[in-house]
Amino acid sequence: MFSVRIHGRGGQGVVTAAELLSVAAFREGRHAQAFPSFGSERMGAPVMAFCRIDGRAIRLREPVVRPDAVLVQDATLLHSVDLFQGLADDGWVLVDSARDPAALGLADLVARLPTGHVRTVPARELALEHVGRPKPNAPLLGAFAALAGVVTLDAVIAAIAERFPAAVAERNARAARAAFDRVRAERVADDRVVVPEAGAPTALAAPGASAASTA
Amino acid sequence: MLRQIEGSRAVAEAVARCRPGVVCAYPITPQTHIVEALAELVRTGALAPCEYVNVESEFAALSVAIGASAAGARAYTATASQGLLFMAEAVYNAAGLGLPIVMTIGNRAVGAPINIWNDHSDAMAMKDAGWIQLFADDNQEAADLHVQAFRIAEELSCPVMVNVDGFILTHAVERVDLPEQGDVDAFLPPFDPQQLLDVNEPVSMGAMVGPDAFMEVRYLAHLKQLRALELIPRIAGEFRERFGRAAGGLVRPYRTGGAATLVVALGSVNGTIAEVVDELRDEGVPVGSVSIGAFRPFPLDALAAALADARRVVVIEKNLAPGLGGALASNVRMALRAHPLPVHTVIAGLGGRSITRGSLRRVVLAAERGDLEDVHFLDLDWSAVHREVARWTERRRSGPVAENVLRDLSAARPPMSRVV
Amino acid sequence: MFIDEIAHRDDDARRALPLAPPGAAEEALAEAQRLRFYQTGTLTAGNRLLDPAERTVQASAERANAITCGHRACQGCGEALGARYVLDAAMRATGGKLVAVNATGCLEVFTTPYPETAWRLPWLHSLFGNAPAVATGVAAALRVRGVDARVVAQGGDGGTVDIGFGCLSGMFERNDDVLYVCYDNEAYMNTGVQRSSATPPAARTATTPAVGDAPGNPFGTGKDLPRLAMAHRIPYVATATVADLHDLERKTARAMGIRGARYLHVLVPCPLGWAHASHETIRVARLAVESGLFPLFEAEHGEVTRVTPIRRRVPTEAYLRPQGRFAHLFRPARDEARLARIQAIADANVRIYRLAPLDGLVPGEAAHA
Repeated sequence: MFSVRIHGRGGQGVVTAAELLSVAAFREGRHAQAFPSFGSERMGAPVMAFCRIDGRAIRLREPVVRPDAVLVQDATLLHSVDLFQGLADDGWVLVDSARDPAALGLADLVARLPTGHVRTVPARELALEHVGRPKPNAPLLGAFAALAGVVTLDAVIAAIAERFPAAVAERNARAARAAFDRVRAERVADDRVVVPEAGAPTALAAPGASAASTA
Repeated sequence: MLRQIEGSRAVAEAVARCRPGVVCAYPITPQTHIVEALAELVRTGALAPCEYVNVESEFAALSVAIGASAAGARAYTATASQGLLFMAEAVYNAAGLGLPIVMTIGNRAVGAPINIWNDHSDAMAMKDAGWIQLFADDNQEAADLHVQAFRIAEELSCPVMVNVDGFILTHAVERVDLPEQGDVDAFLPPFDPQQLLDVNEPVSMGAMVGPDAFMEVRYLAHLKQLRALELIPRIAGEFRERFGRAAGGLVRPYRTGGAATLVVALGSVNGTIAEVVDELRDEGVPVGSVSIGAFRPFPLDALAAALADARRVVVIEKNLAPGLGGALASNVRMALRAHPLPVHTVIAGLGGRSITRGSLRRVVLAAERGDLEDVHFLDLDWSAVHREVARWTERRRSGPVAENVLRDLSAARPPMSRVV
Repeated sequence: MFIDEIAHRDDDARRALPLAPPGAAEEALAEAQRLRFYQTGTLTAGNRLLDPAERTVQASAERANAITCGHRACQGCGEALGARYVLDAAMRATGGKLVAVNATGCLEVFTTPYPETAWRLPWLHSLFGNAPAVATGVAAALRVRGVDARVVAQGGDGGTVDIGFGCLSGMFERNDDVLYVCYDNEAYMNTGVQRSSATPPAARTATTPAVGDAPGNPFGTGKDLPRLAMAHRIPYVATATVADLHDLERKTARAMGIRGARYLHVLVPCPLGWAHASHETIRVARLAVESGLFPLFEAEHGEVTRVTPIRRRVPTEAYLRPQGRFAHLFRPARDEARLARIQAIADANVRIYRLAPLDGLVPGEAAHA
């Protein structure tokens, strides 16, 4: 089972991100469970959503306390809330930011996790560029597809297409693809990792294995 | 048809396929997505003919359903928590009149203090109103139980409550095989009322019944519940034949063979329990679980049979009878009256407090060791409790309990665990 | 006023007879009595002289008799009278295709004494406060099933103005196709005469007893349900009483000819609760109208469309005196202040609804033949 925890603020589409991720996994024939952690809904308040992905039916109903990946849709949360609590030793971190992890004060995290497991992507900027609105969830998922090998970009795009009206979906898909390409290129350059193509099937990342081994 | 879909939406789609004639809706967290989805289905014509009535309160919602059902339409509504209590008079009325209404409860805690998260206190508050109460373990079952519910309700002429854990199930997006319309039509024939407001054959419904006949009328309500004990498994069997999967039924044992300790629970926590059972079995601990699918009628015999070979029972309860323990454990003990076993009440998950694998493991092993109290509160912050009690002793006007505890805990805990 | 008129007519009748030998006077008087008609025009219950088309439904042997005899209403019950007229008029208007929903209350209790029922149409009693919502449900079911039948919901003032108000407002707001009839006897009568928000100022009830400095129901409280109904701008609102039964039937028939939410507020004196003689029910209702305390009007979509002017205005005192629930206003001493306030309410109604007396009488002046 692969568990993802997504952090952000109300109004940024955190819950939708978890849902899209689960639909992407579903489209690849896997079981997935996406659910929010609830507070009374208020724009701007910190929110979390979870997504579990597995090859068999998921029976567990507790919040994700030991995520394999943490996605951060709002970097302003970084030092006010402990976003990485319980993160697996070989876990993945993806932050929506134009700055690099060190600049965000994440040097310690980078050090304790395997090389290349902590990345940033300017999701909001990509969203503004392709969609016209600063909703980072679609590009963040596109980037994630290039990162942990858990879902393919094609599946993410198919999930987006299912969820949004055609024109909006198209633009979000472009943002997702731009983010995917960016991270993919970075991983090749920085870590000399070959990332599978957008539509290539991936094995579900087993706990303890990195995406490099599925290349 | 396989869909990756939110639980509420799956319930709405399943209900729509049952062809309700009248749907009445009053919003309350966490049921809102169900009634919103149904509004959409009616507006687009996907669910037709159907009258969708936006009402002014939950009391009105069930009252509209009562009128609609008595006048021959298949009636449906949904509520939770405060809403269920607000319509309490109508809940008893519907059962007393014998109207086959189906209602979804998105289980949520009942205040005060106000709380929007999941527990079973709402369902428990209405357990003896005369409704059949079914509980879903996951969203597939949540959808399937509604199809069974209309069958059960109409065969018995008795209303049915389908309990779906609020947020945990209602707001979870997961894989559900939505029943096909053709299969539902074959399984659920058109509504043929046992009693009807008909201008051609006028009857008076709702007369006063005095001491000379009240006991007999009430016994007949009891009889309906006893009949349901036979009907529920039969309908579950028919459902399995038609739809090809198991859903519903009275009790669902899991790895009970050779189990010394059996865990009993209602609803979604059974999924987490199953994971813990597997984990412990791998470690050689003889433990199993029983998920109760129908809380009313309470399956005394079926449960007794399922628990027969155990040495102890741990009941995970998402409700509290203050001063006593839990409603579920009390009923479980009744099932074991012929062969009493130690039954532990574990009060857990009240107001949406997460029930974790780790904590479940701990209580099961404690029970095994003989180390678990009769009534145990899972993951309770005892120091916070003691501090509040100390405040009561210090001064008369110690202030609202909820505010004090919240202030106390926000000072004590870091932000992260507060959100979880 | 009324009884004086009859006495004078008796004298006229006697004077009109030719002089007769002694002994023949009694015989002549008996003869005059047999031929005498006390009422004419709209006030005729027997209406033998009216054109058949103008006769009440009750005059017809073909009437539905929706509430049949044998029910357990009190002697002189205004509600039983009103309900009978309303239901049979509605049955005629709908060709017998009518379903009734009843709130808990006197009507429900006295018509269904277990194991009997007086109802000869489909009838549903659910709870005290939900009759309008239940009726909405019945109407929805009939509509979705394509059944050609209409719905009437009924309740007393308690069930309508107080505990049922939320549901009533909801039904109005949705414009559901229901005629709601409120039988207003101005208190919770079935439970022993307790105050409701339809209880008039100064009235004695068990929870507004006639003791202390301010005996009876307080002034400045209460709800005007017909006006609240109008505020919802529903297609039809009307007030009526059991003193003018033709009018009651006409308004019922008119209401049934309209689709959407409709409200009929019927004043029904309760001999027990109002403490008047059981044969005075209709007269007391008439006095309520002619004093100006109970305006008769119809309204559509929030505007008054028709008003029944008062034929012979009477001072409010004439209405209050026959009722024991107002006895404390007269004994041991006259409570001039409260009596004046009640008169002022009537005067305001006359002004607001333009109920101006046809005979030019000023309130407070005694009527003369």
